[in-house]
This record gives sequence, C-alpha cells and structure tokens, in this order.
Amino acid sequence: MRTGNMKSMRLFLAILAISMLPALAAAQESRVGKWSGHAEAGKQLYFRYCWGCHGFRGDGNGENAPYLNILPRNFVAATFKCRSTPTGTLPTDDDLYNAIDRGFNNSNMPSWIVLPDQNRVDLIAFIKTLSPRWKTDKAGTPITVPPEPKLTIASIKHGQELFQKLECWKCHGQEGYGDGPSASTLTDSNDQPIRPYNFAAGSRFKCGATNQDLYKIFITGVDGTPMPSFADVVKPEEAWDLVHFLRTLQVTHKSPELALWESTTEGAEQVASKKIYGTPTGSGIKQ
Amino acid sequence: MRMNPIHAAGLAVLAAWAIVMYAAPNGGTISGTVTYEGTPAKAKPIDMSKEPSCAKQHATPISTETVVTGANNALENVVVYVSAGAPDQGAPSQPVKVDQKGCQYIPHVLAFQVNQTLEITNDDQTSHNIHPLPKVNREWNKSQPPGSPPITDKYDKAEFIPVKCNIHPWMHGNFAVLKNSHFAITEGGGNFALPNLPPGKYTIAAWHESYGDQTQEVTISGSETKSVNFVFKAKSY
Repeated sequence: MRTGNMKSMRLFLAILAISMLPALAAAQESRVGKWSGHAEAGKQLYFRYCWGCHGFRGDGNGENAPYLNILPRNFVAATFKCRSTPTGTLPTDDDLYNAIDRGFNNSNMPSWIVLPDQNRVDLIAFIKTLSPRWKTDKAGTPITVPPEPKLTIASIKHGQELFQKLECWKCHGQEGYGDGPSASTLTDSNDQPIRPYNFAAGSRFKCGATNQDLYKIFITGVDGTPMPSFADVVKPEEAWDLVHFLRTLQVTHKSPELALWESTTEGAEQVASKKIYGTPTGSGIKQ
Repeated sequence: MRMNPIHAAGLAVLAAWAIVMYAAPNGGTISGTVTYEGTPAKAKPIDMSKEPSCAKQHATPISTETVVTGANNALENVVVYVSAGAPDQGAPSQPVKVDQKGCQYIPHVLAFQVNQTLEITNDDQTSHNIHPLPKVNREWNKSQPPGSPPITDKYDKAEFIPVKCNIHPWMHGNFAVLKNSHFAITEGGGNFALPNLPPGKYTIAAWHESYGDQTQEVTISGSETKSVNFVFKAKSY
C-alpha cells in the first residue's frame, strides 16, 4: 500500500472515531456498578413490562392504575420515595436500580430481579427520559451513613427518647402501630389517603429491609408522602439509636435489637404486651 | 461657542423629558380593589383538639382561611402581580419569612421572588413538618421540631405552591413565587397598589387560591395612577 493512502486512511479513521465519541457519551445514560444502560433499549422494555401500571407517558396513569391502592410512581413529576439523596433531590442511578430490584413492599410494584442486570440499567436510563427534571437537575449527593455503632440497651433507650422528642408517635403511634393522632387524616402529595408504617405488623420497609435502609428512610424522608426528612434535626449517632429502638417496635421480626430488648425485664414485658393487629400499611387499625 | 437656539430648545425639552421619566422616582401606579360576587361558602371553625398546645392559643377557634372576606365584598389574600410587560428581576437579598404559630401559617399567603430566600420558623410547642407541594419546582418535606433553627430554601421557578403540614391537616398555606417585584396581596379592604411602574403595556393578574385567576391589560404612560378592579365569582362550596 502506498504511504499516501495509509496516511489518509488513518486520518479518516481518526476523524470517524472522534466523531463517534459524543454519541458514545450520550448513549451511556445510566451507570450502576459495571453496567451501562441506554434509554433506547430501555424504551422497549418499559413498554413491555412497565407501562401497564406506569402509563405510556410514564405519569402513573396506566391501565391498571385505577385498581391500585398505592398509585404507581409518576415518572414525569420525578418525585421518588426511596433515595439515598436528600429530600427534594433526584435519586442516583443506584437508588433507581435498587428500587427495581427490591420492588416496593406492601404495594403492587414487584421485584424485577428476574430481569437481567442489563435490562434493569436500560430501564433506568429510559425512566430518566420521562421527566424534564433530569435535564435541569443533577441527582442529589447521597447522604453519608456512618458505620453502625455497637448495639446497647442505652442506645435503644436513647432511641426511645428520640421517638418521643421528634414526635414520631404523632403519626406512628406510641407503640408504632401506625395509629397516632394524626394517622387517620394523612394524605399523600396527590391527596390520596395514606397510612403510616405499622412497625408491629411489618418486617420490611417500603425502601428496604436493612438497618442502613431504615437510617436512610428517616434522614432522606419519603418524598411524595407525609414522611418528612429529619436530616436537619437528628445527629448521625442519634440516628443510629433511633434505628435500634425502631427495631424493637417490630415485634414480629427477629432482630438482634429485639432480642437484646427482650432480654431486659422492661423490654420483655413491653413486647409480651403488644397485640399484633393490622397490616404494615395500617389498614384495619382503629383510630 | 454659541449653540443654535433651536438645538438648545430641543436639548432643553429632551432634558426635561429625561428628568420626568427617569429621575422621577415613582413612575406610574396601578391600584384597585378585589371583590367577589355571589355567596362564598362559610368559613368553618377549625377543631384543634388533637393538638392541645395549639388549641389553647386560640380563645375562640380560628376559621378556615381558604376564603377570607372583608367589608363590602372585599376578597382578601388575593395576589395581584404583573404577569407580563415587566422584565424578570433578580431576587432581593433579604429573606421572606413565614412562621408557624398556633398551628397556622402566618401569613397565609406569602409572595416572594424566584430565588429569594425563604425562611420558615416554628414558634409552636409541637413539631410541624413543612411540606410545600409544587408541581413545577421540586417537592421536599422536612420536619421542624420546636426550638429548631429556621429552615431556609428557595425556588427557581415561578409557581403558586400550596403548603401543608401532614401532622396537622387543617394547616394550609400558599407560596406565590413570582418573577418580578411588582406584586401585592390584598388585605381587609381588598385593596392593592403596584407602584413604580415605568411606562409600558402591562398584564396585571390576580390569583386567589379557591377562585382561580384573572388578568387585565393596563397601559402606563407616565406617572399617573390607573385604577383596575377584579371581581371573582364566589363558589358556595
């Protein structure tokens, strides 16, 4: 081959490669671990798996929506319940991925862990095209969850004080049954009636099942619902005390916190006296 | 060098006009009254028995504030503002404040500008959660126990935003986030005044949380006061 042709061939290839870079950058629209998701691929998956509830515009007005008690997420409004980011900010790709993985406890959103990882990241990339907010706002900065300190009775008792001081009982009730004085009038941001979590009847939360998830729930708030963020009013060490206490309210769920609490006389009496009734969403709870 | 007398006269006229237009501090004013016709629904007393610390702050229970009226059919809490004809303005540096006292938002309607700092305080002995419900701006929800520092935030888009407290379902407020500084909220007499308007053609809008919004076109040519009135149709429910 003649030198001249090689040169121009290399030049051509170089230009071709460079011109493709923007396309490559735009195509990588979601990133979770080693997976990259693309909205085009996600679009077909959405219209196969998701639109029946979430609607063809993604606004939560799917065919099934009128029959669902907890309404499907409105992706156009882009207010998300389960985040690791502060209240009012967009979730990270990881948050969205975890949400699809777990599903939403006590709602009609199932776990989509049956889909391959690539499908799930593609779906997330597509969901991010449904609202103009993703163009103007960046995802919030995830909160720092400090390492969990040692579980002690003192921690549980301090958490109990916080539960009183922060007035969690106003909605969740003194025993955490979800029957507090404000519980029966709660409405979500679409003016739909909603009940607070009933710790006694539940084992998993809307946004996960671990202590870290519980920590994140009350620090970031559950956007779109009455559950506010306590980020400005709870110090990180205190937040862990509250987590430990809340676990002792979950009397149907075996946890180290509950076991430790029951090993005390006071704790054993309290747990034994709890009547388990109602469902985690609070329906059936007498007001 | 002597100036041509015609030129001098022209300059004098120009100077006078400039003084009147730009040196005069006030510009034109648009003022008027907002009233209603028909029979509004009666305001109902609010039962605060679920929150004794607030109930005892009101010797007689307060009434719902979604429609507040005054003498001669005056309509209070109407936000009157310039919706077109004035340029967008940067936010003033001082914050606007809303307080929670007696389980009420004071004031019931707060008007401020895009990107102006909003400061929310809790003067009650109970926790409140501040839950503004925008559709265009981002929605957040924060707990504010008694004795906490003020919560500050701001909105970057113009919008009328209802505000509620989930713990106390009777608490309702409104934020009016506006693009310029020409706004007023009607009080007992239903009156409003929008001063300092340079000459131009303006669209004046009036918004009420229950009765909707209306607009009128007004032209200001100098420093006159133009009168504009709004009449809202009351709903009986």
